[in-house]
Amino acid sequence: MGAVKVLLRNPRREVDVPGPITIVNLLARFDLNREAVIVIRDGELVPGDATLADDESIEIRPVISGGAW
Amino acid sequence: MKCTVCKGPAIIDIRRHNANFCTEHFLEQCKRQVTKAIDEFDMIGTDDRVLVAVSGGKDSLAVWDLLVELGYRADGLYIGLGIGDYSDVSGTYARDFAAERGLTLLEVDLPGTYGYDIPTGSRAARRAPCSACGLSKRHLFDRAALEGAYDVLVTGHNLDDEAAVLFGNTLHWHTEYLGRQLPVLPARDGFPRKVKPLVRLTERETAAYCVVRGIDYLVEECPMAAGNRHLTYKAALNDIEKASPGAKHSFYFGFLDRAAAHFAPEAESDRVELGACTSCGAPTTAEVCAFCRLVDRAGGALPEAGTPTAVAVELGPTRAGATSGAVR
Repeated sequence: MGAVKVLLRNPRREVDVPGPITIVNLLARFDLNREAVIVIRDGELVPGDATLADDESIEIRPVISGGAW
Repeated sequence: MKCTVCKGPAIIDIRRHNANFCTEHFLEQCKRQVTKAIDEFDMIGTDDRVLVAVSGGKDSLAVWDLLVELGYRADGLYIGLGIGDYSDVSGTYARDFAAERGLTLLEVDLPGTYGYDIPTGSRAARRAPCSACGLSKRHLFDRAALEGAYDVLVTGHNLDDEAAVLFGNTLHWHTEYLGRQLPVLPARDGFPRKVKPLVRLTERETAAYCVVRGIDYLVEECPMAAGNRHLTYKAALNDIEKASPGAKHSFYFGFLDRAAAHFAPEAESDRVELGACTSCGAPTTAEVCAFCRLVDRAGGALPEAGTPTAVAVELGPTRAGATSGAVR
């Protein structure tokens, strides 16, 4: 059976999630704050109201960086 | 979701502006915010020679790209910190970015030039890794900017960075730091002018900018930064931002507008007379500066006098000859 393939980082791993599912609901499912991530599909940004279907692949990329300056 | 400007399909929503943007208008929005920051705080003159501190991450590559897009003459400076694979990969991103655009990238290799790396330096000096790293980078950025006769040193600090530092300094009432937490630090006593053109953009926006512009950057976090307090403050502020869009902006810019000046006298009184480090000549309050003490404890050595520390990488033509002036 198909599923949305989600690439997560830190650590890098792939998780299958049943579709269809909106980006907003997908982030809620992983308990991610949308201020702290961007979602990318085929090299392009995916807006929060987009719905993902089974067999689509997306990356949820964290944007928070910390360290020294 | 439709673009607030043109009603075409939007790629990103920015809740603090209550707006959505398509690709074209998102890029315009980023340029507008950077231009506004530069103008509002009088950061960079149109004829200034600019040095951008480049790490290979999203913020430094985004600010370099934005400055070049806005017509500024900007070179990059990358410092190899010797943090294993992380440094090897981050250097590749910085070099590839410069090479693809025909920009000039200067490089300083900490282990090669000074004989120590950040993990060793941090252990030897009994400093937290981010502390040893920050101390080393600040010294080397300052030195390269002054040796290269650059007018201004640019760092990729964004709104999240500034709000998180402000949050930490307020939480612990580090009033001596509050007076100095400004988007522009003027040149003085052997320090170059330092500016932060990304203060009006969040890191979600700088990451999105890189994706839209096709800029490859190092996504992985520095292995030595994991669990630091700065990240905890950012997470807390993002929780607040989620419930109250615009909170980070209000916190930081409200501080600049209404509070920063109150702490300035304290920062001024904290400013003691600086002398020259007897080892490297950098400004310091002690006989030997903190950087030279770190090098010594880590078993490294300063390069011989007269040796240039920032080496230009041969990447082809720079924009210096091709750009007639900044477009504002």
